[in-house]
Amino acid sequence: MEPPPRDPASVSRRRFLIHTGALTTGIAAEVRLPMSEAAMPAQAAGGESEMRLRVNGQVHALRLDPRVSLLDALRDHLGLGGSKKGCGHGQCGACTVLVDGRRINSCLALAIAQEGREVTTIEGLAAGGKLHPVQAAFVAHDGFQCGYCTPGQVISCVAMLEEARRGDASAVTADLDAAPLLDDAEIRERMSGNLCRCGAYVNIVAAARDAARRA
Amino acid sequence: MSPGAASPIGLPLDRVDGPHKVSGSATYAAEFQPKDTCRALIVQSRIAAGRIARIDTRAAETMPGVLRVLTHLNVERLPQQGRAAVKPPAGREMSLLQDDAVRYNGEPIAVVVADTLEHAQEAASHIEVAYERGPAALDFEAARGGAYPPRKTVRGPPDTTWGEGASALDSAPVRIAATYTTPYEHHNPMEPHATVARWEGDRLTLWDSTQYVSGVRDTVAKTLGIPTGNVRVISPFVGGGFGCKGSTWSHVMLAAMAAKAVGRPVKLALERPQMFGPVGGRPRTEQRIELGASRDGRLIAVCHDVISHTSSFEDFVEVATSPTRALYAYPNGSVTQRLVKLNLGTPTFMRAPGESTGTFAIECAMDELAERLSIDPLELRLRNHAEREPDTGRPWSSKRLRECYRQASRRFGWERRDAKPRSMHEGPWQVGWGMATATYPAHRQPAQASASLARDGTAVVRCGTQEIGTGTYTVMTQVAADALAIPVDLVRFELGDTRWPRAPISAGSMTVASVAPAVRAACTRLRDALAKQDRRWLDAADDAGRRSAWRALAASQPTATEAHGESHPDASEDEQPFAARSFGAVFAEVRVDPELGIVRVPRVVGAYSVGRVLNAKTAANQLQGGIVWGIGMALMEESLLDPSSGRYVNGNLAEYHVPVNADVGEIDAWMVDEDDTRFNPLGARGIGEIGITGVAAAIANAVWHATGRRIRDLPITLDKLL
Ligand code: FES
Ligand code: FES
Repeated sequence: MEPPPRDPASVSRRRFLIHTGALTTGIAAEVRLPMSEAAMPAQAAGGESEMRLRVNGQVHALRLDPRVSLLDALRDHLGLGGSKKGCGHGQCGACTVLVDGRRINSCLALAIAQEGREVTTIEGLAAGGKLHPVQAAFVAHDGFQCGYCTPGQVISCVAMLEEARRGDASAVTADLDAAPLLDDAEIRERMSGNLCRCGAYVNIVAAARDAARRA
Repeated sequence: MSPGAASPIGLPLDRVDGPHKVSGSATYAAEFQPKDTCRALIVQSRIAAGRIARIDTRAAETMPGVLRVLTHLNVERLPQQGRAAVKPPAGREMSLLQDDAVRYNGEPIAVVVADTLEHAQEAASHIEVAYERGPAALDFEAARGGAYPPRKTVRGPPDTTWGEGASALDSAPVRIAATYTTPYEHHNPMEPHATVARWEGDRLTLWDSTQYVSGVRDTVAKTLGIPTGNVRVISPFVGGGFGCKGSTWSHVMLAAMAAKAVGRPVKLALERPQMFGPVGGRPRTEQRIELGASRDGRLIAVCHDVISHTSSFEDFVEVATSPTRALYAYPNGSVTQRLVKLNLGTPTFMRAPGESTGTFAIECAMDELAERLSIDPLELRLRNHAEREPDTGRPWSSKRLRECYRQASRRFGWERRDAKPRSMHEGPWQVGWGMATATYPAHRQPAQASASLARDGTAVVRCGTQEIGTGTYTVMTQVAADALAIPVDLVRFELGDTRWPRAPISAGSMTVASVAPAVRAACTRLRDALAKQDRRWLDAADDAGRRSAWRALAASQPTATEAHGESHPDASEDEQPFAARSFGAVFAEVRVDPELGIVRVPRVVGAYSVGRVLNAKTAANQLQGGIVWGIGMALMEESLLDPSSGRYVNGNLAEYHVPVNADVGEIDAWMVDEDDTRFNPLGARGIGEIGITGVAAAIANAVWHATGRRIRDLPITLDKLL
């Protein structure tokens, strides 16, 4: 059930879902397509467009079919295979990346629509060869098996910690006025946009719990 | 291991490949991009049976970026129409565009090759196909009349009887009979199948997502009619398989054929909807069980008759009778397996094939018998505990099932259960407790490995096995470090390449039991060879001493010392003087919303007898994951077949439901102490599949306990409870 909006700073369930990618139509609607001719990036010959993508702090100039998703741009054109493709339709979360600090399903976002934004992928998380605390927690708690959903889980978990810190509510948050406490029920709910077919959920929750405690 | 050095075997070591998996540097098949790689896309049939009357690719061929469209009209002719490697159940009948026949909806009928994925996708939508429809069998119920016995199953002949067979039921004072069904399911590992194919002259390299690199190499070489040595298959990481990546399916060959046709490397990644049909799934089953018992709960006879579906062109048997043959001390029994042919893609092994579907039926039937006899379900199982394999009379290699029942029931609190259904509540929820026995056979196959000492002090151990999530890199590193008596960080284990010594398929929960003895053999040989040169590392008092002595030894080598090892079972499984099987006891709590029919599983507790555990951390993870599969099987998984088109209407991850994080509550799973050295030198039996077995039955039994309703048709969706 959708709680009534309280004040502009509060986050409704719907808005929360849009940002976590659990509501796929919400995500699709959020992709900002170039609005006017003037804003349209230069269209090159052969139906390709030029675009500049800022990924993990580095700017890449690309010339791509405008239909290329952010996920495919990362995987196939930038050699950043860490973001995984499990479905290409916003149904699994394997492709989760951060755009301007928020988690999205990169398979549902067009690469060209990310100009002027900051994209962070799993490859950009570790600093100076040292694992990010969430990555370290996943290793320590064995929060994966095959590893294919793992980059998406880790990115999602990083974003979840930030969302909780910001006070974003989830569907299971009892007290919408208090800062959400990331107990197991909250973690399970907030991490449910990321499927793990290996079924490593028990350990994913343990890793997230540990990371939340340290955050 | 030398005195003083603690063996790393059994320790809950963090995965050695963990840092790669969490940082995106573990590379899966589709992420290999040799120079000039282009994209291939499979076009699928839209009818279930018939032939292609006309296929018009002219528009598609002139679209931007398109390099070639392969159809049955222009594709290379393969030896024996592409059937040279067909050897069911592992060497499958593929769809390689060799003729105009259509045998199921979704069968590959063309391949578009283009410079980019977007161009391939657009061109594919411009291919026009006219079909001549043939009669299609799509109705399981209707096809039952034509059920036939398969020639054989992986567990021997389709029919088995022991004692006096079914006739012994006549003398049983208490009898129950019921029919259970399980639906079509699809594996859906998170990584869809993908193959990158590159030709260099007459040599082919395939980066493939597979559970069996050697199997892919052999199948592809044979099908193409080229020497096995000309094909190399590489697969360092596999994003889950669960059985569907155990066979070489059409797309692997089609990628190789496409790469040859365009003279460039080709990447072919299946899209999620393409995972529903052309790459196998779990067969639908209908299982009739009849049990006869004395009034004090001694089983007298069991009958288990299974019908499962297969495709119109290949027999695959879901041997759901397998666990029934092994579970209890019934003096008499009869089991049969029948097949019905449908116009669907051929089903295949899916996590605990036979055992997961079979334990659902037999373990629900045991619960129904317990109810009829007014005996506690756990007590009924203890009274019928099988001290020997029931149908052959062979002793077990090792079995600690009684201990599993004891530990798990205590942890769960089973003795507090009120036997009456509908007797437990928690707020508005009906609460139910159910239990079941878990079981999975132990398999082992020959394997080889090599070990060498590099000059930098790294022990490089190689085996052409696979890492599908079970922890092969880690566990084999532990086995190697143990045999070499060195710290684990001095070992580098390499796998997933047909250049390395041959290993069996990663399936049937047999990787550890097969590969670990070969790794140990190779490393023991290397140790012995090195010890002759300089054995100071073996005599060192501590790890630091071992490390420096080992490094000095490595640096002093003129050339790298290398050793090979192999291992194989002494006899085939049927000829062994013992039967090898794993067992477990699983207990589930459910909550059912009496008004909405919603079922939740707040807690599952399981104890398992699986032989020696080589890594406590990865092992527990496997069991937990199996239990999650059991929850999905019990409550949500079902591929819904449209009986008019033969298409699965929910062929995607939004509508084919697998458990998400919030569907899973507490899972408490562990391994009881055991060492099964009769089965193999390392004493391990395998853990990949047993976790799913019994869970669906435990949940169904708990649903009965909560509601008084026996749901015998999986999945237990809310409509069945309303
Ligand atoms: S690949 Fe983007 S949600 Fe599945
Ligand atoms: S670790 Fe395999 S899908 Fe999550």
